[in-house]
Amino acid sequence: MVNASPNGPASPRGQTLLLDGITQRYGASLAVDGVTLDIRGGELVALLGPSGCGKTTLLRIIAGFLAQTKGHVMVGGQSIDGLPPNRRSVGIVFQNYALFPHMTVAENVAYGLDARGADRATQRSEAQRMLDLVKLGHLGDRAPRQLSGGQQQRVALARALAVNPSILLLDEPFAALDKNLRLDMQIEVKRIQRLSGITTILVTHDQEEALSMADRVAVLSQGRLEQFSPPTEIYDAPDSLFVNTFVGSANLLGGVLLDCDRSAGRVRLDAGGLIETRAPKGDLRPGARVTVCLRPEHLSVAPAAGDGDTLNGVVEMGLPLGATVVHEIRVGDGTAVKVSEPRIQRADLLAPGTPVRLAPVAPRLASVFAAA
Amino acid sequence: MAATLRDVTTYDLKLAAPLAAGFVLFFVTPLAILLALSFQTDPQGGHYGLTQYVNFLGDRFSLGVLGSTLWLGVKVTALTLLLGYPVAWLHQRSPGWARGLIMLLVLLPLLTSVVVRTFAWVVILGRQGIVNATLAWLGLIDTPLKLLYTDGGVVVALAQVQMPLMVLPIVTALGRIDPNFADASSVLGAGHWRTFRKVILPLSLPGIVAGCLLTYAAAITAFITQSLIGGGQMLFMPMYIYQQASTLQNWPFAAAISIVFLVSVLVVVSIFNALGRLSRGYANA
Repeated sequence: MVNASPNGPASPRGQTLLLDGITQRYGASLAVDGVTLDIRGGELVALLGPSGCGKTTLLRIIAGFLAQTKGHVMVGGQSIDGLPPNRRSVGIVFQNYALFPHMTVAENVAYGLDARGADRATQRSEAQRMLDLVKLGHLGDRAPRQLSGGQQQRVALARALAVNPSILLLDEPFAALDKNLRLDMQIEVKRIQRLSGITTILVTHDQEEALSMADRVAVLSQGRLEQFSPPTEIYDAPDSLFVNTFVGSANLLGGVLLDCDRSAGRVRLDAGGLIETRAPKGDLRPGARVTVCLRPEHLSVAPAAGDGDTLNGVVEMGLPLGATVVHEIRVGDGTAVKVSEPRIQRADLLAPGTPVRLAPVAPRLASVFAAA
Repeated sequence: MAATLRDVTTYDLKLAAPLAAGFVLFFVTPLAILLALSFQTDPQGGHYGLTQYVNFLGDRFSLGVLGSTLWLGVKVTALTLLLGYPVAWLHQRSPGWARGLIMLLVLLPLLTSVVVRTFAWVVILGRQGIVNATLAWLGLIDTPLKLLYTDGGVVVALAQVQMPLMVLPIVTALGRIDPNFADASSVLGAGHWRTFRKVILPLSLPGIVAGCLLTYAAAITAFITQSLIGGGQMLFMPMYIYQQASTLQNWPFAAAISIVFLVSVLVVVSIFNALGRLSRGYANA
């Protein structure tokens, strides 16, 4: 039973959450296919993927709205598979907040305490304490529809946290907010999550949101877990072509693997030139057809050298984007490659038609995967 | 731009003119004639006064008919709500194909004539009817129960006949409720009953009010069903008015009791409307 008293532990240590081989089948199709995630207590984990990747299904399984076809959900080492949603000690903030429109803000926040049998005085003081936590202590008597989107979201968060849940689930919580407010709320939610130390799952299709907020990101595609790593690792060392292209942007170039070892590889590109890459993912032998992923900031534009074994191309377009400048270069095999450079280093845009040579800004940045 | 807007407005008014003319000709005018008629002191015409109203309001029999009619509406509405809400709720919770089936069953009464539906109840409730035959066959009764021509019979038959008017608005109201509300409630620790009582029921109130309003108005004015199931012994306002006008040719008195009935219904409808306004806040959030 959750301790709803104000004298309870102020900052409970977060519970661990283990998703153990979760599979969800709808008829013939698999919405979630054997996903295992071992989440530490107090950690903020983002489930990231395009729509239909199974992230919302996983959230509904954790909350108990759906019973998974296979696998187990363990909170603090205890299985919660058989428990209905109202006995799982899970808090949710919905994308549309789902604040009860016929209750005041304070009644919304006190709803869970009431359902758990707390007395009136406790309900009132706890609701006030939670509203103070989200800096809305003065708006308890308002109706939800009288609040702005950001305020409604804070109320939803206060309502979810008021019952002191073991796990907090955030279902695309920032999608309905405009861009400036979104950043404020992301910082705010992160602050409150740190303060309460609650294990949190953030479901999102917004990669920036996932990378900026989460301790670790689980990238999902078509029901399968593609990678579960800290944000920088997701970006710098993607495990799969999907992760590389879904997170950030990437130029894909075909080539043949010349040789490789545990730390690096060398690829001859179809468009011309040799490139030193990270160690290839998967079981690739020299001679294999591969796809090389180069992020736009991995390349720089140099004057055409005219000869030699280099990646050459012609400028198609240049875009000044404030801090950076982006050029689109058509390379030897017809592929359009985007190159992003700090504007400080390149004051002028290159005119379309200028022949150029592309060079990596450092060795072993590119990722290599088996050709699709 | 302003000119174009004005053109549109004039067009709109012109388009509504035939309806307005029809409304004035066939509704407002007869109502005015009815009102004027109700002030005639004598069926043969002549003087005007409040005689008919005094007669009605001073007559215990007439007031009894009015009272039993308004009370009949309350009983029918209550029964329809009690039986209809679960149907609407079931519809909301069912998968697609079952929803279609439930909706068909709900709408089916509307597709048959009121006379046919009412005679079906005569067959069901009669001395040799389905209910009595079944009870006798089971050995539960020796002599047939009197079901037809009883208050209970009228209430049950009217409830069935008016059921769609209750179910449809509630289905609409339930359909408007964000499914996340129920999920949010259960995650916060509420069981099914608490979720229903604290969230679903209050949010479906606008549908309940609309359904009750329609059912009530339809039940107290249901001339055919009241007369056929109620039979000769039970008299309700629509039949009372009919008798006065058609059989006794006392048009001024018929007009007066029509006006009294109309005002009584308007009072009840206003009360429902006030309730509706109170509950509307929930729906628009």
